Amino acid sequence: MNEEKDFYKLEKGIVLLKEKIDGLLLSEDPREREKIPPIKQKIEKKWEKIRPNLTPLHIVQIARHPKRPYTMDYLDYLTDDFMEMHGDRHAGDDPALVTGFGFYRGRTVAFIGHQKGRTTRQRIERNFGQPNPEGYRKALRVMKLAEKFGHPVVTLIDTPGAYPGIKAEEQGQAGAIAYNLKEISRLKIPMVNVVIGEGGSGGALAVGVGDAILMLEYSFYSVISPEGCAAILWKDQKATSQAALSLKMEAKDLMEMGIIEKIIPEPPGGAHIDFEQTFKNVDKTLNQVLKKLESKSPEKRLEERYKKFRKIGVFSEK
Amino acid sequence: MDYLWTRCNNCRRILYKQDIVSNNFVCPACNFHFRLTAIERLSILFDEGKYTLIDQDISPEDPLQFVDNKKYSKRLEENRKKTSLKDAVLNARGKMGGLDVVIAALDFNFMGGSMGSVVGEKITRAAELALKERLPLIIVSCSGGARMQEGVLSLMQLMKTSSAVALLDEAGLPYISVLVDPTTGGVTASFAMLGDINIAEPNALIGFAGPRVIEQTIKEKLPKGFQRSEFLLQHGMLDSVVDRKNLRSYLIRALRLFLNRPA
Repeated sequence: MNEEKDFYKLEKGIVLLKEKIDGLLLSEDPREREKIPPIKQKIEKKWEKIRPNLTPLHIVQIARHPKRPYTMDYLDYLTDDFMEMHGDRHAGDDPALVTGFGFYRGRTVAFIGHQKGRTTRQRIERNFGQPNPEGYRKALRVMKLAEKFGHPVVTLIDTPGAYPGIKAEEQGQAGAIAYNLKEISRLKIPMVNVVIGEGGSGGALAVGVGDAILMLEYSFYSVISPEGCAAILWKDQKATSQAALSLKMEAKDLMEMGIIEKIIPEPPGGAHIDFEQTFKNVDKTLNQVLKKLESKSPEKRLEERYKKFRKIGVFSEK
Repeated sequence: MDYLWTRCNNCRRILYKQDIVSNNFVCPACNFHFRLTAIERLSILFDEGKYTLIDQDISPEDPLQFVDNKKYSKRLEENRKKTSLKDAVLNARGKMGGLDVVIAALDFNFMGGSMGSVVGEKITRAAELALKERLPLIIVSCSGGARMQEGVLSLMQLMKTSSAVALLDEAGLPYISVLVDPTTGGVTASFAMLGDINIAEPNALIGFAGPRVIEQTIKEKLPKGFQRSEFLLQHGMLDSVVDRKNLRSYLIRALRLFLNRPA
């Protein structure tokens, strides 16, 4: 498995074509845009060859791609008049989790999402999307606000995990995650989770469960990062690729296990090649799923939410 | 414990084994709390050490066909032989101070007390039984966290178990969480931190991330006593740190207070 090529090498041709499209989009001459569809077809053709040979580790690389759309990009596209809420009212404000309200398709929706940061400076500021307890407490605060006003909650999941730091432990990282899970289990409003990139363990779970979990085609959701798993079980970083394979953490795996409700297709080359197409795909599925949930009574939703997780697990009983 | 004499893991003193056993597996010299099996735990908690095991027919599977340096199915078999347990938790019911209770006790000897589908299911069943029969629930946690070999199925047990103990809130039934050395990862990030009261044995390692992971992340040495019971008490995460010899009486007192049942 060591000769496995980096995804960044595989996608080179596609990236060049994408840059061409970006250039054409900037042009003032409308005729230039007519050149875009044939280039898109070329991307599609290239992708058809690459896609079948992608390994789970490649999927991880796509999910973590530095050019991949992040929470704030989705909010820009999906919402009107998004207003961000800050602070957990106890200890601070966590820039790794963005929370707030916006209009989505004609109704108010609370959004909660991990934000990784694009530039080095932003990444440090956002702690690479790894929340501290105050992030989870802020998220819960906003969920409760949504419940108060009767608005649905949509979460966007994209984190390597909860931050493993001294202060995080002092302020109760584990308890903050646990408390969110317990509270989510009885939140009266509809709650939909969309895994847009990395679904890193408890750090993702604390805002990553609800009535329906949707996953982008090349995202993953896992109990541990493949690197962490390789270090602990194989005691060898070279086993990362094998760990990624063994953990079965791709969207299609979770679908098969009955954990998620929908897989949202990504454009050829992955979400970062065509933001707009990605947003359109997310919008379409999200709206469908939300509408269906909104038509149910809170009691029915809570019962189904409990049952959804109640039945997850594989064991035998004689 | 096959020999007559043993050395304390903490103070290194050579001790007569029977002295440790009759002292609830606590070092008579330095108060070091030896790790208990689930069976030992249940027998020191229930009245006269008498209880009935429940949910005994549930066994783990290997849903991901997981292979690291060893097959998961092989690991399970080895752990079964080593511990005579089917998985890392025992559920039991019986009396404490004359009160009917349900207790689930995790066993670190079975794959580090890790939570996969079976642990998640049994914790959930213990909570559901408590709800159905209107009994208080006690969970004694001792676990390295979620079981990697069952992948995301293990991760989802965090939500499953947290949802189950949430039911007891609405029903007005007590749930007491007892954390013993060590309780980390996904177990701390779910039911173990969700007790109406959370208590711990002295000097137990309790945290979300393991100390090694934190050290590697921040590239600093961790302060002394970090992530130990007393540290958590100081930071408001626990109600009390209770010596093992007082644990049973502490639990009975708390249950009596919550249930308004004076002795």
